[in-house]
Amino acid sequence: MTTDALTRDLRAVDDAELARLPELRRNLVATADAAGLVDVAYRTVDSPAGMLLLAATDDGVVKIAFGGVDDVATVLAELADRLSPRLLLMPARLDTAARQLDEYFAGRRRQFDVPLDLRLSHGFRAEVLHELRGVRYGTTVSYTQLAEAAGRPRAVRAVGSACATNPIPIIVPCHRVLRTDGSLGGYAGGLPVKQALLDLEATAA
Amino acid sequence: MSPPPFEVALDEHGAVVMRVLHRLLGRADAEDAWQDTFIAALRAYPRLCDGSDVRAWLLTIAHRKAIDRFRARARQPLPVADADGPAPGTVEAEVGVTATVDLGGASVGLWSRVRMLPEKQRLAVGYRFGADLSYADIASLLECSPAAARRSVFEGLRTLRHQLTEEELPT
Repeated sequence: MTTDALTRDLRAVDDAELARLPELRRNLVATADAAGLVDVAYRTVDSPAGMLLLAATDDGVVKIAFGGVDDVATVLAELADRLSPRLLLMPARLDTAARQLDEYFAGRRRQFDVPLDLRLSHGFRAEVLHELRGVRYGTTVSYTQLAEAAGRPRAVRAVGSACATNPIPIIVPCHRVLRTDGSLGGYAGGLPVKQALLDLEATAA
Repeated sequence: MSPPPFEVALDEHGAVVMRVLHRLLGRADAEDAWQDTFIAALRAYPRLCDGSDVRAWLLTIAHRKAIDRFRARARQPLPVADADGPAPGTVEAEVGVTATVDLGGASVGLWSRVRMLPEKQRLAVGYRFGADLSYADIASLLECSPAAARRSVFEGLRTLRHQLTEEELPT
């Protein structure tokens, strides 16, 4: 046998070597979870608002992001950087949140009952989000009212950026915040999504 | 900055680590060593610096796990055949039965011969042809010079070639 033939045979790709990789990955995630080595779990879900990425720490849901496949990589890199790189696809840890979002989009749920981890928001922005959680299904507030409720009536612009950077949209309902004149303002998921969520809540309320 | 999400590291490097371990150890041990590698990596991952070569780092961990397995197996009194070839040291492996049939292709039998080589040659051939590593990368895993890594690959190939050539001769 020539050396060329030998090295060719040694380089030959054997698909059987990788056949069980998906199963091994599932086992790995289960083992890692049992050993407390998964700091951030994530999954994606399809929704009427497009694909959503959900992420959770041990403390609760930490991130909901709108967007397509390209955005997923960006969001994951940001979560790795800001929370922990021990980040794995682990749908089971987000089953409850995913189910409740389904129910919400179907008009069958008005309140979310999942633990939240608000560590991606700090200071005044975190206070605004705290106030926001009290804005009820089917109702709206203005940025000005929210600034007053958060104890800084003149900080309307800061309230706007708190809403714009809300790490857990939909569950923390920044879509219920409008301009004083009733116009939509902004939304991370895009204005059509904000309008659709308001319409959904108006219909189901 | 942190290293990339672990999920991304798994996507990008899970297969090459599996391929090289499969070739060095055979299936059953490779699966255990793969799990051990990634659990160890996950434990240490937050301490890995951004900009590190994640693939090289994972292969270094896999290298240690492979050596653990070789040495554990060497201590076992009675080797047990694994799914894709006879265990090293058994009569079937010595006489090269696996080079022929039943085992899912020629390269499988060939790799069970590689697993019979002395440890350093086995590793060098495994990294060269299982993971396409450069001699410099193989040298850093084996803690030797690139020239010595090249020599180990060459010696391993020479042994394999002799074995296979002898079998081709009429008896």
